[in-house]
Amino acid sequence: MAHSGPMTDWRKAKLPVIAFLAPATIIYTLFMIYPLLDSIRLSFYATPSGGEAAFVGLDNYRTILADPDWSATFWNSFWNNMKFFAVHMLIQNPIGIALAGILSLPQLRFRNTYRTMMIMPTMLSVVIVGFIWQLILSPVWGVGADLLDIVGLKSLFGPWLGKEGSALITLSFISVWQWVGIPLMLIYAALLAIPDDLVDAAIVDGATHFEVFIHIKLPLVLPTVAMVSILTFVGNFNAFDLIYAVKGALAGPNFSTDIMGTLFYRTFFGYQLQLGDPHLGATVASLMFLIILAGVLFYLFAIQRRLARYQL
Amino acid sequence: MSFANIRREDASRAVIVHAILLTYTLVALYPIFLVVINAFKTRKGIFRDPMGLPNAETFSLEGFTKVLAKSNFELFFYNSFTVTIVTIVIVLLLAAMTAWALSEYKFPGNTALALYLAIGIMVPIRLGSVSILNLIVDMGLVNTLTALVLVYVAQGLPLAIFILTEFMHQIPKDLKEAARCDGVGEFKIFFAIILPLIRPAVATVAVFTMIPIWNDLWFPLILAPGDGKQTITLGVQQFIGQYVTDWNAVLASLSLAIIPILILYLIFSRQLIRGLTSGAVK
Repeated sequence: MAHSGPMTDWRKAKLPVIAFLAPATIIYTLFMIYPLLDSIRLSFYATPSGGEAAFVGLDNYRTILADPDWSATFWNSFWNNMKFFAVHMLIQNPIGIALAGILSLPQLRFRNTYRTMMIMPTMLSVVIVGFIWQLILSPVWGVGADLLDIVGLKSLFGPWLGKEGSALITLSFISVWQWVGIPLMLIYAALLAIPDDLVDAAIVDGATHFEVFIHIKLPLVLPTVAMVSILTFVGNFNAFDLIYAVKGALAGPNFSTDIMGTLFYRTFFGYQLQLGDPHLGATVASLMFLIILAGVLFYLFAIQRRLARYQL
Repeated sequence: MSFANIRREDASRAVIVHAILLTYTLVALYPIFLVVINAFKTRKGIFRDPMGLPNAETFSLEGFTKVLAKSNFELFFYNSFTVTIVTIVIVLLLAAMTAWALSEYKFPGNTALALYLAIGIMVPIRLGSVSILNLIVDMGLVNTLTALVLVYVAQGLPLAIFILTEFMHQIPKDLKEAARCDGVGEFKIFFAIILPLIRPAVATVAVFTMIPIWNDLWFPLILAPGDGKQTITLGVQQFIGQYVTDWNAVLASLSLAIIPILILYLIFSRQLIRGLTSGAVK
């Protein structure tokens, strides 16, 4: 049978090809792409009380971004989300990179056991992780204070989750604890792909393993670091479960832990006396989409292209 | 530098390296361990000696008895298992079919379709929740497990197709050509030859699909929050909401939710890690 290129010409098998592609494409289009586009469409409509939905142009966006009540809430959740993301970038990813570097040292014993244990929290439900830490940090139980006592820092302990000033940072650290496994695994995989001869040559020349890591390995895995960063960004701006499990939809105290995901949920479903509004909810979702899109495009065009030349 | 010096330096380096790794392992595991051991204690034991292992005096299963009596944990497990298993089977089959068609046949728009199907890897499906709920209401599927399965299949497909397409490219050409020369039909080539060949990738895709579904709170909360259809994650969330002050019950319900996923993880961790490190041969 003649082949043109690496693939078979579909005209010899039209029916099978359509049958292979149709089911996944249809479900994906109906439950993923259509809802995303339809949400954007809904954000241009509003339902006056008792009336039919009507096209209102950018009114919903004006409400969320310019109405004094709404815009304060929106920007509060946006900046909280930025802080949440900043903690992940500055703490989670460096820890992940460092642990991956150590785990990829040559002739390390128990490598697989360490790796398996370290990514265990990543497998757990965010809800479960939220509750676990809520118990540990609870002043009622006192385990958190006891643990700090072991390292002599008992005086630092406080009701961190309950205070306006520290609740968001504490939740960010809980999230970091859970998700360190992702940068750890992805960067570890990238480090394993570096050819041995490159490292061996440097070691023979008298470089330490630390120098090899900083000057040779790290530059080589920068594309993976960039990919981890964009995954962190998308994941953080889509987060909801942890805040909801620990703080509820109101993201207290006094909205100090409110992020985009909890704002979206409250706007869509309502809370306490405020009724939910699907159109305003769709508007918040569309704004989240724009933020995530901006991040992904920045990664694709500003970062990934520049890093590509370092690739092996 | 003498040989002995190098050995000594190596040894001290190894000690530091293992100290760092052990410390982090402890940080990662101790919170989980703490919750699980306290689930097996009396209320007094939980508060008097939170860090001790349960002993003859403090051992108690009262938390578990309470959870099993006051909530529908068996039902929540059943719901989560059903949703997860059905979703995985559908995702694997549909993703394998799509990946095969994309990697094997030349047709107009092949690359465009592959890119279209990859959008879902980067764009979170949650952002379409308002319309997904409308759609599910229109279909009359609110508070059904079917609604969750449909959404999770759409959520799982993009990454599964991406992984399996990479995998399909590695299938030797001779195999397909030999089958075609023998006049075997295209459907049979896929179901009898290709599908059995992708078994090694199945475990990887299954784990990647399973974990986010099993752990999801958002869609159960929006699409199936009603009595009797809660998944385990939502069930635990609601149960703890009701019994916040009952520490035995809270710790036991957390342990019940942790233990199955830990067991599954220990069974599949090798596949998961192989999937994450694919391409790196060492």
